[in-house]
Amino acid sequence: MARVVLIGNLAQLTGGVAEFTISAASVKQLFDRLTELHPEIGPHLQEGVAVAIDGQIYQDTLLQPIEPDSEVFILPQIAGG
Amino acid sequence: MAKHHIETVVNGDAVEFLCETEETLLDVLRDTLNLTGSKEGCASGDCGACSVTLDGRLVCSCLVLGCEVAGRRIETIEGLAKGEKLHPLQQKFLEHAALQCGICTPGFLVASKALLERSPDPSEHEIRFWLAGNLCRCTGYDKIVSAVKDAAATLRKG
Amino acid sequence: MAENGTNGTNGQGYVGTRTIRPDGVDKVTGRARFGADFNLPGQLIGKVLRSPHAHARIVSIDTSKAEALPGVKAVITRDDFADQSSEFIPAGEMMMNYKDVVRNVMAREKALYEGHAVAAVAATSTVIARRALKLIDVKYEVLPHVIDVVEAMKPGAPLLHDDLFTAGVEPKPDKPSNIAKRIEINLGDIEAGFKKADVVVEREFKTAPVHQGYIEPHAALASVSEDGSAELWCCTQGHFIVRAHCARLLGLDIAKIRVTASEIGGGFGGKTVVYLEPLALALSKKAKRPVKMVMSREEVFKASGPTSGATVKVKMGATKDGKFVAGFAELKYQAGAFQGSPVQPGVFCAYAPYDMENVKVIGYDVVSNRPKVAAYRAPGAPISEFAVESVVDEIAKKLGIDGIQLRMMNAAREGTKAAYGPKFGPLGLEETLNSIKKTEHWNTPLRKWQGRGVASGFWFNIGGETCASLTINEDGTVSLMAGTPDIGGLRAALTNVAADELGIPYDKVRPIIGDTGSLGFTFLTGGSRSAFSGSMAIVEAAKQIRTELCSRACKLWEAKPDQVEFKDGAVRPLGALAEKVKPMTIADFAKVAGKTGGPIGGYGRINAQGAGPSLGTHLVDLEVDPETGRVTILRYTVAQDAGKALHPAYVEGQFQGGAVQGIGWALNEEYIYGDDGKLQNAGFLDYRMPVASDVPMIDAILVEVANPKHPYGVRGVGETPIVPPLGAIANAMEQATGIRFTELPMSPPKVLKALKEKAANGKS
Repeated sequence: MARVVLIGNLAQLTGGVAEFTISAASVKQLFDRLTELHPEIGPHLQEGVAVAIDGQIYQDTLLQPIEPDSEVFILPQIAGG
Repeated sequence: MAKHHIETVVNGDAVEFLCETEETLLDVLRDTLNLTGSKEGCASGDCGACSVTLDGRLVCSCLVLGCEVAGRRIETIEGLAKGEKLHPLQQKFLEHAALQCGICTPGFLVASKALLERSPDPSEHEIRFWLAGNLCRCTGYDKIVSAVKDAAATLRKG
Repeated sequence: MAENGTNGTNGQGYVGTRTIRPDGVDKVTGRARFGADFNLPGQLIGKVLRSPHAHARIVSIDTSKAEALPGVKAVITRDDFADQSSEFIPAGEMMMNYKDVVRNVMAREKALYEGHAVAAVAATSTVIARRALKLIDVKYEVLPHVIDVVEAMKPGAPLLHDDLFTAGVEPKPDKPSNIAKRIEINLGDIEAGFKKADVVVEREFKTAPVHQGYIEPHAALASVSEDGSAELWCCTQGHFIVRAHCARLLGLDIAKIRVTASEIGGGFGGKTVVYLEPLALALSKKAKRPVKMVMSREEVFKASGPTSGATVKVKMGATKDGKFVAGFAELKYQAGAFQGSPVQPGVFCAYAPYDMENVKVIGYDVVSNRPKVAAYRAPGAPISEFAVESVVDEIAKKLGIDGIQLRMMNAAREGTKAAYGPKFGPLGLEETLNSIKKTEHWNTPLRKWQGRGVASGFWFNIGGETCASLTINEDGTVSLMAGTPDIGGLRAALTNVAADELGIPYDKVRPIIGDTGSLGFTFLTGGSRSAFSGSMAIVEAAKQIRTELCSRACKLWEAKPDQVEFKDGAVRPLGALAEKVKPMTIADFAKVAGKTGGPIGGYGRINAQGAGPSLGTHLVDLEVDPETGRVTILRYTVAQDAGKALHPAYVEGQFQGGAVQGIGWALNEEYIYGDDGKLQNAGFLDYRMPVASDVPMIDAILVEVANPKHPYGVRGVGETPIVPPLGAIANAMEQATGIRFTELPMSPPKVLKALKEKAANGKS
């Protein structure tokens, strides 16, 4: 079960719950499970989030694997100038 | 009002063109003579990207009118290299990576050449103040100064 | 088959060397074509009519007289752009809303800043175009305006959007506001943290809007055909992004627009969005002729996004031994006319260089009547990190610990948990601090009115979708095509990589930046990603080529895969096979390519992940002239972690260029608004950027702490250099004058005023 933490304003879409323990083998599965729990967060996961899995930040990677004991952070997306 | 008919010499070639009264030399070079090497960064003489020499004198071509150059001698960036041989300034700019985006480079090269013609062994201080009329936003000027110094040394060797 | 690794083991070792950039000759001869250097036969000149008011309702627009002027071939207004529904898209740095994009490109209900585009014309000459603008009759209902972020946040401030409700606050507000969003990050327990502190410093800071200052104004040339397909030439950091925006705004299939990125004369984030491009396309569509549009310098300042001005509060606590135990910050950033300031990265980066247990940062995104903010090199981070680095310096002085020592004690390293969540991988902050400590610069004594300042800085860096191809030509030379516009030496870096990956001489590889029709979607050049991601895509493409060549060799030699290997530019037979056949070079294969299956090439199409942050530390010595308030930068050293410098000279160039932009931001650059909401210094004379005589040589120390996620260890480097200068210079000013400057820029009038006040206070 991966430990998942929502950073920034994302927790406002889950009624204030920022930490989850979720069974998910990929980013896509994680997003699907989170959306099942809190439908409001669904569209926000589609666009504009980055996912840090065990310290490595991934952006736009639905197929990225998540290990059973991963620590996952969902953050707003980062770009640059 | 009818356009002015101007005959002049650009990079050693006799040229003639028509221009409106309010057209600057920069407009003429770029739009009429298709010499787009000189750039417009500000049209107010503050950035030096349009630098050319007029009768050997360094000027901002955006501050010169097209109809002012009749019978005069203009040198632009396009005239710096001689055939396939790059001017030492051009060569040193490349070797020292003295350009990043390159938009200011023509202006800097023309201005640097004008400096070295007057002062073949300039100090860093002299280089910086002579080139203070040329804005660069990418390089922080460090490698430009190194390139000019190195080109000066090469030119002095002959 | 034995496959060579991707760490340059193939080749002569160009990676890490100072090769001459392949696009260099054209740039030093004036041959290279930038945005305004391209012309098409029959082209028209396009010009934009811009609002003279900072805030006004657009009651009516009458273009009839302009349309009737001989020589005018098309006029467009808001009626020529379909309205867009509210939908957020990643755009440059921030998330942008297409509803806002269409309104920024051409005002609809309101003009929201002086310079806001209200109409545009295409005519047979510049003179006629300008005359036509004067004939467009716009009726405005002028409204009160607001510019300053604190003023814009006050209840009762003039409202820009009556459908903007502050996001991120509970309960959801029912009244519109200029505060678009409130965000917050929390780590640990900030109150408990402050209780542990022996020293607490609290300060409020203010920064002014500054422009990216690229020397090349925006330029675009559009040509639309009768079937609706279009060609667009423009200077941009992201031609695929331009294509996406224009397709959306004009209602076209993406495949129907082909965008070519010209050489670009600077961007720094400011050319990651569209301004002229949709206008040129719309005009060309109407006029049925190509339309060329170029901004004047005044338009660049008034109508293209500078970065935010901001008000920042920082409160930090440390133990007497120097351990940071609590970090609080509240950031209020201007977004300009539409929401989307870089307050988010500002929030994330504020304390990022440090290992802290207790952090709380709050950010506000606030609209005001000035141009919509665009990304500017490490967007948001210079402002928040300026504030934090200033307070760190005060803590250092209060505790009697030097600035490098204090930062070293608290430096984030591998395994440190960032305030925004994840743990860091390998980081080079300590290495940069050590490098600075060892310099002669750090150990040189100073005189009166001189000061020395140090500051560190952080930026995340990104990867992203990137395409690049390598094609073997019939004579064995290689054509390289990349999808990321080259804003400062990228082609040299990629050519180094390609030459090493294929084991061929550097000058046998010719790189170009492909247009949008030639490659798959490639995200823009920004986020310090083009060398990082581009080289990854080239590595992938080269791997495909090596695999293909080995496969063909096996077929030609009737050999098994483990009997051949690719090494040093050739497929080589191994073992007993080596007595029967000779190695085949890339050129040998090229000669028989057609006969052995067809042209040989590789195409890297990736979504590059694994970007590693780049940390930097800057050291500056300056001298203040107490009579004029003028600050002279005496000496400047940058140490920054590049992971691996594919081309050291261009990496150094990023360090030096970013540092000088930071110097300008710290000492002189600012947008000056009149009470009428109009920009008073919309030109290079009064928007004073550093010139060569303002700065010394910038010593660049290349630190390389490899990024394990990149085949060469590369970290993006472009943005971090602008982050430390603001704090470093403010810290040096404090040492030189005894005054803690909290407002940027520290321009001569401000410095003089502060010196006089200090003297007056001293006397009383």
